[in-house]
Amino acid sequence: MDYQLHPFGDNGIMIELGTAISPDIQKRVRTIASFLDQYPFVWMIEYIPAFTSVTVLYDIGHHELVKDGCFPYEQACEELREAIEGLSLEEGQLPRLIEIPVCYGGELGPDLKFVARHNGLSVEEVIRIHKTRTYNIHMIGFAPGFPYMGGMSEKIATPRKETPRLTIPAGSVGIAGKQTGIYSIETPGGWQIIGRSPVQLFRPFNNPPSLLRAGDVITFKEITYQEYIEWEDRDDKNN
Amino acid sequence: MIKIIKPGLLTTVQDLGRYGFQKYGIIASGAMDQLSHRIANLLVGNDESKPALEITLIGPVIEFTETALISLAGGNLSPKINGCAIDLWRPTLVSKGSTLSFGPCKTGCRAYLAIAGSFQITTVMGSDSTYLRAGIGGFKGRALKAGDVLRSEPMSKCSTRIFQRLSKRLAERDYIEATWMADPILSSCYMGKPPIRVIKGRQYHWFTEESKQDFFQKEFMVTSQSDRMGYRLKGEPLALATAEEMVSEAVGNGSIQVPAEGNPIVLLADRQTTGGYPKIAQIATVDLPIIAQAKPGDKLQFKLISLKESQLMYLEREERIRQLKIGISLLHG
Repeated sequence: MDYQLHPFGDNGIMIELGTAISPDIQKRVRTIASFLDQYPFVWMIEYIPAFTSVTVLYDIGHHELVKDGCFPYEQACEELREAIEGLSLEEGQLPRLIEIPVCYGGELGPDLKFVARHNGLSVEEVIRIHKTRTYNIHMIGFAPGFPYMGGMSEKIATPRKETPRLTIPAGSVGIAGKQTGIYSIETPGGWQIIGRSPVQLFRPFNNPPSLLRAGDVITFKEITYQEYIEWEDRDDKNN
Repeated sequence: MIKIIKPGLLTTVQDLGRYGFQKYGIIASGAMDQLSHRIANLLVGNDESKPALEITLIGPVIEFTETALISLAGGNLSPKINGCAIDLWRPTLVSKGSTLSFGPCKTGCRAYLAIAGSFQITTVMGSDSTYLRAGIGGFKGRALKAGDVLRSEPMSKCSTRIFQRLSKRLAERDYIEATWMADPILSSCYMGKPPIRVIKGRQYHWFTEESKQDFFQKEFMVTSQSDRMGYRLKGEPLALATAEEMVSEAVGNGSIQVPAEGNPIVLLADRQTTGGYPKIAQIATVDLPIIAQAKPGDKLQFKLISLKESQLMYLEREERIRQLKIGISLLHG
């Protein structure tokens, strides 16, 4: 497995597995993540998987890392290298298919027009392109249960906002560069917001606390504003 | 048991963070200034990781419905018992019916209030920290409000000893302060606005030479758009040598990322788990308490150090905390 180790602050190691999003790199990320789940290092606090990297956070002062006057970073790197060399790539399971309803544009998708203008398309074309693709979830991160998805058409790629917004409501569907994603809680963020889904992605009292997981396949289904409101009302009654 | 009479600006229950769930995007949270949080707990005989109150800029008014052993550490928000000033970094026994209030913010902006026996909190995902945005953890998933009542757990052996020793001298007084306190070397890291030490971020080499120089030579102001999630700074705008749209990756406590407009954002306790803006630097763990105590309007400077220096400073700091623990347990074990 090709990889490089880099310091991540003074208490982390980033295992870089590539520079571009691809199924092959994703397989490596998942192989390392499931290894760390099964065989966590005693000095590991936790790990954060991403598109092309896995970041391992460690306890700088753990006795295994400071024994015999070791430099904690070097000692942790050595143990990681040894583990990674022995890994073979995991075979994927069949993905789950999940449909996410979205109400595009209007007050729920304030940047839809900007995305259309940026790409020289009509608003309807942006919606059509966005909803006719299937998306693979590469990682969950940034916010609780927030899926980072690959598979978006480059025809609607749009850079992040120059200044992030201070609040973006939960359920907002956005575009950042060549990525699309769904905000799972209200949070600041720099993505271009094109619509909103009434589905709850973060479920703090479930285990795992995230509806979606890396490896799932998603499609978007366009709903009207009326359907969005009805869906939200129904969810409120159920909770 | 304590009763919140006035909540202050933002008073939350925090511990040292929620770990193990960042892979699901669950933020780590926890005390912004972990050094002060830990010391406040140790001074009253608690385990350092127990929940304590994080008090921000404008302090609360708290009534003690029974005699309590407390300590305050971190920012000096002019704490008073029944109107009389008390010290930080020192255990204080407060008599039943007394009131703790705060005054002007003299140094820093976050004070930590620990109480012997800590607080009874329903642990969520392995932590007692309040996760404000998601409304979970801590006290009902939210900041404290007037009328809230927080109960304590039974005291540790060490807490009981400190409590008993002070109670002999309490007599008819409202409060009595211990004659000993935390090593001032531990509490002095905030004094004199030292430059904040950083190591290079993952995308440091993406920035122009000029921006790299500016980052270490110019001052950056903490803006009012700053909270537990992160501080937005303002200063000389920083620029990338070539326009690159990066693939999102992990961010950490103290990651300094730079969006396209060029003003750095320092990510702190309630940071997201991953992000897509280039990171110019990462704050040394030992200096996180300094930035946690910086408030809007404060000016910051950054100083580059090596990873090795940063880890050595961390180990030295931990050794001092270990000495404090030994000292307290020898006195009161």
